[in-house]
Amino acid sequence: MIGRFFSRYTIWIYAVLAFVFLLIPIAYTIVFSFNDSRRTNISWRGFTLDNWVYLCDEQGVCQSFLNSVIVGLVATLLATTLGTMIAIALVRYRFRFRAATTLLLFLPMATPEIVLGTGLAAEFLTAGIPKGALTVILAHTMFCISFVVVTVRARVASLDPAMEEAGRDLYASPGQVFMRVTFPLLLPGIIAAALLSFALSFDDFIITNFNSGPFTTFPKYLYTAAAKGMPAEANVVASAVFFIAIIAVVVSQLSAAARRKRLAKQ
Amino acid sequence: MAGGFAEAGADLELVGITKRFPGFTAIEELNLTIPAGSFFALLGPSGCGKTTTLRLVAGLEDPTAGRILIGGKDVTTTKPYQRPVNTVFQSYALFPHMTVLENVAFGLKRRRIADPLGKAHEALRLVELDHVAQRKPAQLSGGQQQRVALARAVVNRPALLLLDEPLGALDLKLRRQMQIELKDIQSDVGLTFLHVTHDQEEAMTMADTVAVMNKGQIEQMGAPEELYELPKTAFVANFLGQSNLFTGTVTNSGKESIIVDVAGTKIEVPRERAQRHAGEVTIGVRPEKLMLHTSAPKPTPGTNVIGPGRVNDVSFSGVSTQYSVTVPKLGNVIVFAQNMVFGPVVNDGAEVWLAWTVDHGFGLLDDPADGPRFEPDTDTKSIAVQRREKLEEELEEA
Amino acid sequence: MAFGAFATSAPVVESAPRRRSKVALLLLLPGIAYLALFFLVPLVSLVLTSFQAKTPGTDIGVYEYAFKIENYGFVFSTYSEHMLRSLLYAVVATALALLFSYPLAYFIGVTLRKFPLLQALSLTLVIAPFFISFLLRTLAWKQILSDEGPVISTLKALSLLGSDAHFTGTPGAVIFGLAYNFIPFMTLPIYTSLEKLDLRYVEAGSDLYASPVRTFLSVTLPLSAPGVISGTLLTFIPISGDFVNASNAFLGSSETAMVGNVIESQFFTSQNYPIAAALSIILMAAILILVSIYVRKSGTEDLV
Repeated sequence: MIGRFFSRYTIWIYAVLAFVFLLIPIAYTIVFSFNDSRRTNISWRGFTLDNWVYLCDEQGVCQSFLNSVIVGLVATLLATTLGTMIAIALVRYRFRFRAATTLLLFLPMATPEIVLGTGLAAEFLTAGIPKGALTVILAHTMFCISFVVVTVRARVASLDPAMEEAGRDLYASPGQVFMRVTFPLLLPGIIAAALLSFALSFDDFIITNFNSGPFTTFPKYLYTAAAKGMPAEANVVASAVFFIAIIAVVVSQLSAAARRKRLAKQ
Repeated sequence: MAGGFAEAGADLELVGITKRFPGFTAIEELNLTIPAGSFFALLGPSGCGKTTTLRLVAGLEDPTAGRILIGGKDVTTTKPYQRPVNTVFQSYALFPHMTVLENVAFGLKRRRIADPLGKAHEALRLVELDHVAQRKPAQLSGGQQQRVALARAVVNRPALLLLDEPLGALDLKLRRQMQIELKDIQSDVGLTFLHVTHDQEEAMTMADTVAVMNKGQIEQMGAPEELYELPKTAFVANFLGQSNLFTGTVTNSGKESIIVDVAGTKIEVPRERAQRHAGEVTIGVRPEKLMLHTSAPKPTPGTNVIGPGRVNDVSFSGVSTQYSVTVPKLGNVIVFAQNMVFGPVVNDGAEVWLAWTVDHGFGLLDDPADGPRFEPDTDTKSIAVQRREKLEEELEEA
Repeated sequence: MAFGAFATSAPVVESAPRRRSKVALLLLLPGIAYLALFFLVPLVSLVLTSFQAKTPGTDIGVYEYAFKIENYGFVFSTYSEHMLRSLLYAVVATALALLFSYPLAYFIGVTLRKFPLLQALSLTLVIAPFFISFLLRTLAWKQILSDEGPVISTLKALSLLGSDAHFTGTPGAVIFGLAYNFIPFMTLPIYTSLEKLDLRYVEAGSDLYASPVRTFLSVTLPLSAPGVISGTLLTFIPISGDFVNASNAFLGSSETAMVGNVIESQFFTSQNYPIAAALSIILMAAILILVSIYVRKSGTEDLV
């Protein structure tokens, strides 16, 4: 009865085609990481593992990748800490200027990245702060906070306040309640928020472009390289990141499914 | 106080407690003393302030005014974790990320009491759940979770144990079983229990003393049978079981009894069982105290008779049959009759007289001018209203 | 029974005020201060910069404060074409992404409900593009769709395209790239609202003699409206500020330059910060106005 509008088979065919379409550029990127390309990686010249084995021979790829990881880690740590604190306050406490706070958290998500990028650049220029790793980290932390708040807030809202009350009732001081009850229960949400932050930071180009100066992140490296010919080593890094992320997601989904099954049995 | 086990239960004293939330008052000038070692029930409909009272005692809320004393010590300003009080929460509030054993040992570890795991096992044995010590709460049934929550509170030997509708989520059979277990545990460990519930039967079977709460105040307090046999207000008369209430004018105020004229019918109530002895009064009698007669009984001293009336509904419920009788000018009267014979004593439509011993009647404190006859609070509409009030209360508290 | 119950006339003590708000303040302050410093101050700084004028007798890229409102006049007269183009591209690309995403989200959220593992796998496939840099994805499309690439050369061999036809560098290619890159942002919110959709409503619709199309239009679509609204916003806003797809090195050409491309070149090439800032302010104002109209028209204001 339900499937009648999107008739059952039509929608299955559509979905398969849609997934193929979504994955085409990914497959292309992965395949061309094995291209024996020498200078430009545009046409296929034969299979090789050299790009993977001698990855860091290509000037800049490894360094920019490392830069992105460091920026991502630091920005994630800062944004997750600040965002989690805000999320707890938003759900658990009554305070004035609540509406203004919510708006301030929503606006960075509703502002085009280029506006955030030029705005920060204007500020750093005015304040005389030289652009580099520091300014990139400051910028990334800013746009990650809102996403952390949204993610963690849902988890805080689903947390029964009686849990913390039970902790207080059972002789735990406020600090102990947080460390032994609240924090462990919020942890899944905090981890999800941290992963999201890292992904956003790692993939950000537009804001980074305006605020990095001579400092090069991986996306910035790609943008520069795109104009003069992309080395296959860039495809190698991107493919490796892709595989790691996909494996992590699939493993976590399978283990969650297994856990559900185990619980259902008992 | 929180440093060691309580030797025994302690007195709880609430002095002039008032609690206001933004927009409404939950408790107004509440005074209450619960002696050590007793099993005390706070009974009332949702939104009457009983849960707020419990949370004030636990320290989870601060009173707007008044003092709270436990064992003679003023704890009004102390934190929940500094009070010798433990709570069994309505939702149990077991920590999902800890095993059952870790849950039970939690309070002991926080207080650095020696051998927390050994004592936790002991408490789990008390509730017969030691075999699930290593499981997570999510893997237990509702009844088991309830017992773990109880063990987690009792293991700390608090001077005062608070129970917040702990049986509410269980089915009838489990409730009965848990009621007995709770009672056993209380007599074993000898703590003071403060039990909050909206279930009158639960309160009556378990508690030594019941306080009926309504609109942030205590309406009446006493032993269960005293509350039932001699309710002092219309609210108590109808919240605890059912009552037939009549309103009339006192025409004769004698030494032994008063006579009330209810729409022409004279009804006698013992003086000591009536709260008011003059003017407009409300009097009542429990449905099971009424006798059905198919012919007008002879007027005898010590018996009240009303009628004739007409039976308009008969419903059979196993041990007893409930008759609804319309008596002209007096309204509907409910009668419970034991099924001593096969089939109903009278049928629908029959003409009957109702009689009861004068000693069974009671007179209420309420001024009839304050409101109409109190309707039983059990129809679906009033339940819906109560639910709504409860939700609003939760919203306020959140 | 020995209860001295209603012992009145005790002294009443006012309790200490709640300390809750102080905790809230401690939790909020660092994060809010951070956002104020690195979100609000930059916006103010952007506004100030947009009124700056070149410092006389200095090199390129040196400006001083002046209330030079002419910057805005200059921007409007010179770049109105780019603004309209950005708006057009963003609207068309958002519409394409919606058309592509709705059936896909319906498939994952409704059709696959009975197959949880397949549903999880499909969701992973939808977010898979996130795991590879969007610059590389766009570059991959550039090469696949280039004149010598497999698609165009096949179409030419089949004579479906003229021998001098090309796709990259055209508005179509830019819109295609924009739509492709933001599909996951559209699919996920729609999926979320369809996944929660109670199928009994749909059954009730069919039960009341509505045709499948009518049931879809009057039951399913309205119930998934929150997802559609947040999906279109999550797509439209970043698209209108994008400059990667439309740039020469990717899918665009000088004829497809959007506001983002102008801002970038003003900023880096001409180092004309006031003009770049004025353009950013106009872009943000335009988006805020459009979004608030859209949100009000669609009747959902609780997006956060």
